[in-house]
Amino acid sequence: MKDLVLSLIAEGGALAGVPFSLAAPLVMVAFGALVVFGFVLPIAGITSWLERRVWARIQSRIGPNRVGPQGFLQWLADGLKNLLKEDIIPSAADKWLFSLAPYLVVVGFIATFAAVPFTSSLIIADLNIGILYITAVTGIVVVGVLMAGWSSNNKWSLLGGIRSAAQIVSYEIPAGLSVFPIVLLTGTLSMQGIIRAQGWAPWDWFFFYNPFTFAAFFVFFVAALAEGNRTPFDIPEAESELVAGFCTEYSGMRYLLFFLEEWGNLYVIGAIVTTLFLGGWQVPAFTDNPMLLAVAQFGTFFLKAYFFVFVAMWVRATLPRVRVDQLMTVCWKYMVPIAIVNMLGTAAWMLFVPETLGRLVQFGMTGLGAVVVVVFFRRVRFHLRRANLKPSDYYYSPII
Amino acid sequence: MSLGGFDVQVLRENGFATEEMTLNMGPQHPSTHGVLRFVVRADGEVMTEAVPDVGYLHRSIEKIAEKVGYHGFMPYTDRVDYVAAMPCNQGWAMVCEKLAGIEVPRRAEYCRVIACEFNRISSHLIAVGTMGMDIGAFTPFTHALREREHINDLLEELCGARLTFNYMRIGGVAWDLPPDFAEKGLAYIDRFEPLIDEYNALISFNKIYKERLINVAVITGEEAINYNLVGPNLRGSGVDFDVRRDIPYSIYPELQFDVPVGHGEEGTLGDCFDRYMVRIREIQESCKIIRQCLQQIPEGSVLAKIPRKFKPPVGDAYVRIESARGDMGWYCVSDGSEYPYRVKVRTGSFTATSIIEQVSRGLMIADLITVVASFDLVAPEIDR
Repeated sequence: MKDLVLSLIAEGGALAGVPFSLAAPLVMVAFGALVVFGFVLPIAGITSWLERRVWARIQSRIGPNRVGPQGFLQWLADGLKNLLKEDIIPSAADKWLFSLAPYLVVVGFIATFAAVPFTSSLIIADLNIGILYITAVTGIVVVGVLMAGWSSNNKWSLLGGIRSAAQIVSYEIPAGLSVFPIVLLTGTLSMQGIIRAQGWAPWDWFFFYNPFTFAAFFVFFVAALAEGNRTPFDIPEAESELVAGFCTEYSGMRYLLFFLEEWGNLYVIGAIVTTLFLGGWQVPAFTDNPMLLAVAQFGTFFLKAYFFVFVAMWVRATLPRVRVDQLMTVCWKYMVPIAIVNMLGTAAWMLFVPETLGRLVQFGMTGLGAVVVVVFFRRVRFHLRRANLKPSDYYYSPII
Repeated sequence: MSLGGFDVQVLRENGFATEEMTLNMGPQHPSTHGVLRFVVRADGEVMTEAVPDVGYLHRSIEKIAEKVGYHGFMPYTDRVDYVAAMPCNQGWAMVCEKLAGIEVPRRAEYCRVIACEFNRISSHLIAVGTMGMDIGAFTPFTHALREREHINDLLEELCGARLTFNYMRIGGVAWDLPPDFAEKGLAYIDRFEPLIDEYNALISFNKIYKERLINVAVITGEEAINYNLVGPNLRGSGVDFDVRRDIPYSIYPELQFDVPVGHGEEGTLGDCFDRYMVRIREIQESCKIIRQCLQQIPEGSVLAKIPRKFKPPVGDAYVRIESARGDMGWYCVSDGSEYPYRVKVRTGSFTATSIIEQVSRGLMIADLITVVASFDLVAPEIDR
């Protein structure tokens, strides 16, 4: 980012003559706005559409297909509708906190994009405390949710807010502990530094580095789902129990902002997982053209991150919701100990396992992973074939 | 009064308990199955009491019977329990036939049993589907409802309606089976039976799902009898009683079927999981019954000769049938006129509501939803 600013204010640049101290914030704000309006908001919206379509396919329904091709513009229609709706503030609510809460939630989520990389050069700020910063700003979300639950002056909202506080605060611990093995291995907190420590090949990813980082990936992903209020951990808004949880009293755009956070946060989860465990934007150096390389890097990173968005949708469509006490049990009795073992195990691995053995383990685990993927897709194919019967076999079924 | 280590009394003695909160769950709450209201007193997430408040769907159906006559009351019986309307039809038809001593043609009895068992499957599909939805999984619900749609299609061919059937008449049924109904029905059953295993794989034996159901709201057999639970709720507690087998009516004695009983297969006998699994197994048994009926159905008329002005002799009659929600009692007093003197319907959901207050103590708020779903409460059946 600094190079970009320097090139802009150099002789012949677009901002020639502007002092660096003024140009730097200007460029950063402009780029931030570009990211927020050009990437974050559309991605949250498109995720909402895709989730509804994926859900519908899994549930043998059709899903939204009216607005635009395949219903693709449904998210725009929903956004417009919610913008035009009346913004109701209950008379018994704490007006200021009630109005502020959704913005706090959205700020907590959009601020993470400051440190989320897109390509090797495209990142708003490659902070030297990148992953720590992301973990920290995500914590703002819980304040917003708690505020929403409290200020609504509704008992269901209050229960939702309290549940959310307990859940997010608890699950930040296994999530944070699962980041430690990676930080130990790379010796840096910077997002770009972590990606640079990995390679483009799967055996160079930290996912397959050793059994402990492999386990850490799952602990982190589950904890991230819980932090993002996703099923099976969506108890703060558990619609069958708490009506709509902390957003019961919200309407219009304020209501939508909570869901904007939820859907957008899916991408953030995917991006962090990709950065930490799956080699980020690393691609083989197939060309010298920096532009082409950047596109390939962006595509790689985006596809990897969005795969996890899809996994989250898939999990949500499959699993029921855990109960509050079970949620806490899972966190404190299983995930935190496992995360601590992962951390100590990785440290021990670094100390005691020689390089050649480590390489062998990497290759072996990658092979095992490939076998698992092949077996999985064979099972999927088996079920698809079994379901794909001739019309005469489904005499009475127009749907399947 | 404790669950998962949450004992309100112990919490309170140790000074951890805080102020109790009164929550109003319903009548407009996403998962109270219609308009049912609970006044919940909760200490945080742990309930100390959940008192059901019924009456939001009262339509005084039994009183209406006194004004519309015997034939005219048949469509109203659909509304007693609209999720399983066929057994209600059958109950009213049977009580009138018992009053007047009418013999129903054999073919009509088969038609009734086929319709009732199809309706039992569709009702249980709603029960197990909404169970999944209340636990937070939406996919099982849509899959269950997809299968139910096919049953609705079949029943629509049978009587022209998909929910409130008005299919049966005093002395038989309104219409004979359509020409290719047996073929279609058997084809459907053949396709549907393996799907039950798929459904079980999807949700019933899911780890999270089992954790939510096992050992929640345990009701012993004795308690179940004392609180007058019926049907799958009673059998889920291990009491082996089914009206179809033990107080036989219609053609049930001629049919081969088992009565599934809960036996605490995953946790304690009489927990939510047992009640749930009894329903899944009953769907399989109903498939068996339908298959037998469609293969054995005799030829003949489907409606006995009944006068248009139906005037049963003075007297009273009570019949018990096994509705989808269990033992349903129909009581009718005749004074010899065209109109019943008094009608009373005894339904399973109403009695199941009475035990909720007792079993919900010490459970968490999320469990109340599970308990309500496991009883398969249908609000119109509670209030009538």
